[in-house]
Amino acid sequence: MAKGVKPRVRVPKKAAKGDVVEIKTLISHNMESGRRKGKDGKLIPRSIINKMEVTFNGKPVFTADWHPAISANPYMSFFAKVEESGEFAFKWTDDDGSIYEKTSKITVG
Amino acid sequence: MKTNWNRITLIATACAVCIGVFATSANATDWGPYQVDDRRSGYTYMTDESRAMQVDSFQNPGMIWVEQGAELWTETNGKAGKSCASCHGEAAETMKGVAARYPVYDEKAKKLQNVETQINTCLEKNMQAEPYKWESKEMLSMTSFINNQSLGMPVNVKIDGPAAEWFEKGKAFYYERRGQLDMACKHCHEDNAGGIIRANTLSQGQSNGFPTYRLKWQKVGSLHRRFRGCNSQVRADRFGYGADEYLALELYVKWRGRGLPIEAPSVRN
Ligand code: HEC
Ligand code: HEC
Repeated sequence: MAKGVKPRVRVPKKAAKGDVVEIKTLISHNMESGRRKGKDGKLIPRSIINKMEVTFNGKPVFTADWHPAISANPYMSFFAKVEESGEFAFKWTDDDGSIYEKTSKITVG
Repeated sequence: MKTNWNRITLIATACAVCIGVFATSANATDWGPYQVDDRRSGYTYMTDESRAMQVDSFQNPGMIWVEQGAELWTETNGKAGKSCASCHGEAAETMKGVAARYPVYDEKAKKLQNVETQINTCLEKNMQAEPYKWESKEMLSMTSFINNQSLGMPVNVKIDGPAAEWFEKGKAFYYERRGQLDMACKHCHEDNAGGIIRANTLSQGQSNGFPTYRLKWQKVGSLHRRFRGCNSQVRADRFGYGADEYLALELYVKWRGRGLPIEAPSVRN
């Protein structure tokens, strides 16, 4: 697992049925591109988060493939229409296989 | 006579560019607290996107360092078995205003202290702990956390009394040409603020946003790191982190930004 990785998410606590809500996420990660050279002149090996997936009550709502040009500490926000109360589940997959997860509930009605 | 169309188009384009420049400069923006008289925060030279990133405390990646600093604040460290909180309690109360006042002259140490050197003084003298290395994760986290407690407070440094000598030294440094390019801070930040240099828009080189999350660095960095970068740019010798030269310069540069709001951690490109 890469060092110092910590996911954060912000989901509104409440919404009315049919509302479009903004979901914000930020994960601390170096996102080492694999193209930089260290002080010794050697390439620093690539180490990034390559996938982000979000489900709501188990159904996929947002997926993104990330590549080496994504900056460090990636911030990602998206909008979702909510029809029922439930739980957003966030999952980030690291190059080294580590999975970082976070969940957040929303009450609709 | 054959008309030189290429040349005419070129002139026409050049004129269009001139008009563009004049049109924008005539259009004075109200920068609210980010401008005091003719003093403008680096914030006002950023893109809308970078500004949005800074003011949304969730989106601002510098807040990662603030959070880490909050954790360090209550961690016991050193032979005295103390944490910062053992003596200073709630940082929201005790550290409020520190960033706006610093650097200050310290009667005991007989020198100027900035936030970094004050933290290390406390670590060594009051906690019997190892000082933090200057650009380390710990130091950047602690300075981000401490300076963030003064968010929005106007810069107000003391430059009289024993600080006066440091102030004068800092001022001299600011106007002194140096390096292979033979340039002083003033040539970029006073004479050419708003101009473009390589891919950067030059700002007034204010310090109210430090530590700053620089998109180029992909992390938070200190003011002295910025000073070193600006010295290297003109191929001048750099001074060490925390050197007296930089402490004096820090006081003078801070004074140039008097009244500007503390923005730590700011977002800059
Ligand atoms: C044993 C008590 C003690 C501990 C522990 C301590 N300090 Fe201090 N600190 C002081 C005292 C006393 C001062 C007043 C200045 C002086 O006399 O050095 C001070 C001053 C400061 C100031 C300047 C405040 C101002 O208003 O000018 C900062 C910033 C600071 N400390 C940060 C820290 C940090 C960060 C830590 C933890 C790493 C820490 N201190 C741990 C006693 C302590
Ligand atoms: C060759 C031009 C040049 C010179 C000379 C120069 N700088 Fe800079 N400086 C820059 C550029 C480019 C930036 C990044 C864009 C900006 O904020 O202006 C910058 C940024 C800064 C910033 C950060 C501003 C912010 O809002 O985050 C500070 C502080 C600063 N410079 C101080 C200095 C000081 C002090 C000196 C003299 C020792 C100096 N600079 C000399 C080009 C220069």
